[in-house]
Amino acid sequence: MIEATALTKRYGATTAVNELTFTAQSGRVTGFLGPNGAGKSTTMRLILGLDSPDAGRVLVDGVPYRQLKDPLRTVGAMLDATWRHPGRSGRDHLRWLAATNGIPDKRVEEVLALVGLTSVGKTRVLQYSLGMQQRLGIAAAMLGDPRVLLFDEPVNGLDPEGMAWIRQLLHALAAEGRTVFVSSHLLPEMAQTAQDLVVIGRGRLIYQGTMEDFVAQTSEHGVRVRTPHADRLRAALSGQAEFTEAGGAFVVSGLDSDRIGQLAFDAGATLHELSPITGSLEQAYLDLTRDAVEFAVPSPEASR
Amino acid sequence: MIAHLLRAERIKLFSTRAPWWCLAIALVAPLGFTALFFALAGPEIPPTVGNTQLASGNGRTVLLVLAVLATASEFNWGTMRLTFQAVPSRMPALLAKVAIVGAVGAVLGLVVGFGSWGLASLVQPDADLALHSAAAWRSVLGQSLVFLFTAVAGVGVALLLRSVAFALTVVLVWTQVLEGVLVFIPGFGKHIYQWMPFHAADEFVGAGGFAAGPLGLAPAPLGPWGYLGYFVAITVALFVAGVLVTARRDA
Repeated sequence: MIEATALTKRYGATTAVNELTFTAQSGRVTGFLGPNGAGKSTTMRLILGLDSPDAGRVLVDGVPYRQLKDPLRTVGAMLDATWRHPGRSGRDHLRWLAATNGIPDKRVEEVLALVGLTSVGKTRVLQYSLGMQQRLGIAAAMLGDPRVLLFDEPVNGLDPEGMAWIRQLLHALAAEGRTVFVSSHLLPEMAQTAQDLVVIGRGRLIYQGTMEDFVAQTSEHGVRVRTPHADRLRAALSGQAEFTEAGGAFVVSGLDSDRIGQLAFDAGATLHELSPITGSLEQAYLDLTRDAVEFAVPSPEASR
Repeated sequence: MIAHLLRAERIKLFSTRAPWWCLAIALVAPLGFTALFFALAGPEIPPTVGNTQLASGNGRTVLLVLAVLATASEFNWGTMRLTFQAVPSRMPALLAKVAIVGAVGAVLGLVVGFGSWGLASLVQPDADLALHSAAAWRSVLGQSLVFLFTAVAGVGVALLLRSVAFALTVVLVWTQVLEGVLVFIPGFGKHIYQWMPFHAADEFVGAGGFAAGPLGLAPAPLGPWGYLGYFVAITVALFVAGVLVTARRDA
């Protein structure tokens, strides 16, 4: 479990993380979502004790990271897959990292096999593709068989096959009871991966809860209705709900489809279509974080 | 824990190519120059035990480069952050690094010191280069200490500057230009020169005397062991400053 309480980090005049409070539960994949520059990476660095917070604190399984003995055995993290010496082989990269926490070389072979890099273990990392580097970073995170895993943008630059592989891995790790905390600026990817969601913008918490609730809360609700008896339906809906009419189709908001169907039946209006509209998840996310985008681009109209 | 960290730093140091290249050059350059000096030089370089160590400065400089690379490149490549992720208290990891790089320096110094002396003896078999005196032993064995603390200084400078390019520029300009040029500042230049750290190291191994005559230096302000203490103090101070800064800074 990861618990952040009023976590704050300033760099000069910029407040990268601002009074951020959230939890990531064990046995769940928690998505950490926000636009670029929202403070996701800074938060990850604070969790790992790489940066010191100006205020607040963050605990990993109830303990500040810096107090963990052999921390790789509790927390595995891939903050940046490019944190490696390009001239060193993948195996040697894992060997030195394992050695710091007294993890045996046997485990290095296991994690190489886990991520499918055994055959290129002796190859220098500069010859690795982006996907292979990402896999090496994940292998490094898995070295200590940790209960808590942190991944910063793990699917960045991966092909669909690689994305699917990481998604399955994250699910499997959470299913084993581990805490999986994974950041992304891409909601569609997250929607397929995460069960819980922490959304931040400009260093502040925007949303914490389950992915399902997020979708339900933020989606535009409406029901699209078509009927040859427009007069009867219009009369039935008046005073009951807001609606718009265009080309013989109604878009009704404020009532669910069950209720609309009943009203139409009572009014004797035949229905040709009765379909709930769920706003796209991407749109919901954009709406939520619109005010919190660090480097906003003016819309084309505005710049004319 | 420290045994684990020493192993990690040993794997780091020897699993990339640059340190091997540095070690090869740090060995070949001083030995080669020493052989040339003793084969070709006339009476201006008398064949004494102290003078067998004249070219050791070349090896020392390359070792300095090795120490800087081994440390500063970790900041450039991000492996220092991984190290601190694995060792959040940071200090033990930095101590392990200086221990490994320092040990490599000590062994290199031993090989360069004895190697230079041995080669000189081979090239000029008639010269009396036997190690009779304590001073002669200090010249040859002392290189080990000088190289050890040279490595410590390199790690310290790299920790302070955190950039390969910056740190290499500083140590190379210092050793190759500044220390040599300062002496030519009229008036106080000669006095400052006698307090330059690598001049101090040369004085300790008895290889500084070569320059003293032609430059018209005043008598050395410290004895050889005083000079070693001075050199060690400076290098350790650089390392301690580097550690304190690194332990506190955001990684």
